[in-house]
Amino acid sequence: MAANNYYDPADLRKFGNITEWSKELGDKFFDYYGKVFEEGALTAREKALIALAVAHTEQCPYCIDAYTKDTLQRGVTKEEMMEAIHVGAAIKSGATLVHGVMMMNKVNKLEM
Amino acid sequence: MLKEKKKKQQSLHKRHSELAVANKQLEKLSNGIFANGELPLFSEKIRETNQFPLRPNKLEILQINVGYMCNQVCEHCHVDAGPDRKEIMTRETMQQCLDVIKNTGAHTLDLTGGAPEMNPDFRWFVDEASKAGIKDFIVRSNLTIIRANKKYYDLPEFFKNHNVHVVSSMPHWTRGKTDKQRGEGVFDLSIKALQELNAVGYGMPESDLRLDLVYNPSGAYLPGDQASMEKEFKHALLEDFGIHFHNLFAITNLPVSRFLDYLIASENYEDYMYSLVEAYNPAAVKNVMCRNTISISWDGFLYDCDFNQMLELKVASKIQHISEYNEDILNDRKIIISQHCYGCTAGAGSSCQGAVAD
Repeated sequence: MAANNYYDPADLRKFGNITEWSKELGDKFFDYYGKVFEEGALTAREKALIALAVAHTEQCPYCIDAYTKDTLQRGVTKEEMMEAIHVGAAIKSGATLVHGVMMMNKVNKLEM
Repeated sequence: MLKEKKKKQQSLHKRHSELAVANKQLEKLSNGIFANGELPLFSEKIRETNQFPLRPNKLEILQINVGYMCNQVCEHCHVDAGPDRKEIMTRETMQQCLDVIKNTGAHTLDLTGGAPEMNPDFRWFVDEASKAGIKDFIVRSNLTIIRANKKYYDLPEFFKNHNVHVVSSMPHWTRGKTDKQRGEGVFDLSIKALQELNAVGYGMPESDLRLDLVYNPSGAYLPGDQASMEKEFKHALLEDFGIHFHNLFAITNLPVSRFLDYLIASENYEDYMYSLVEAYNPAAVKNVMCRNTISISWDGFLYDCDFNQMLELKVASKIQHISEYNEDILNDRKIIISQHCYGCTAGAGSSCQGAVAD
């Protein structure tokens, strides 16, 4: 275990090891994961960009590391990557703000 | 900043960089994570599938490096080519190559460099070699050379007249990524050169004048799927510039020379080697290019591939020079390997003709 950090970049390479303590579930997860990212109705490139945006909204350092590299490998440009992150950011902030309607409803109900 | 920029315009040789010395590169590739057992040696890896020692199949490609001089100084260049490199094949060595070309069983002749067109005897050599009746005659042109000087402007016509198959580097369909890897202004010149090749018929749909592009990543990561990249390139180059080409070869950058220097300087070396080893594909070993290629250097020595040439690893055979060439004896050799070979076996595999795995 890394002595001073919760997150260690080298741990990303060990992701596959999670199958060691629960082989059946681990294998099922990785089969599913692999299948999700195959070319389908969406291209693998489009899926990688979605993954990059979600990696940021989830604020998962491992996922950001992995999908930055993955999108670069697929020839995605910096501009496209940043736009994808803005989509994630817009949904995040939109999701916060849309709850403002709840607050407004409550205020309207409580106030005379 | 200016000093840094100037440095980038010189080869490692000119800069007297430590990594200009082949042995220093080989040391680097065998020490550290490979010496302490963190990662397996390439020999150990191919031993797992009984592919050690690696041996040649039938010879198909003669690749001749006619010199290390180039008009560009690309950051990733495994040749360490540039305007300051003076190693150039002489007409005498070319004549020895021609004698071999006339009698070889190989179906492909592949001229590379540096910028092969900068060799003063390049046109004479192409003229003579094209008479030998080789099925596929490739010239690896960096594109910008076609626009570098008036004396090169007629190269598209020259290639066409000799039915040369043009293979050109194009790291991306955007200006930014291309110029960062290959130098400022390279993108615009490359686009212009491609349009001129198209104008004489190269790369056009249904045309027999073959124009293929080589993509290699502009950084410390592996190339994506070749077919998907080809689709992206075709769409973008046609839409933005009206350019046609035939195939895209996705090539992995090998940790040799300037790319190795870049990996170390940017602290990406270990991660990159991990990526290569993790992506190791035993199926790619079957078709790796050293098994069907002989690489010939500017001074006539023989190598298993262009990368081994740059690492000064001559073929392990009693025949080591073009002047004493004997295909049967040469084909009965063990291929020399080191950890750079992981670059050719990662993912779908990589060769001068792109991906190799079935």
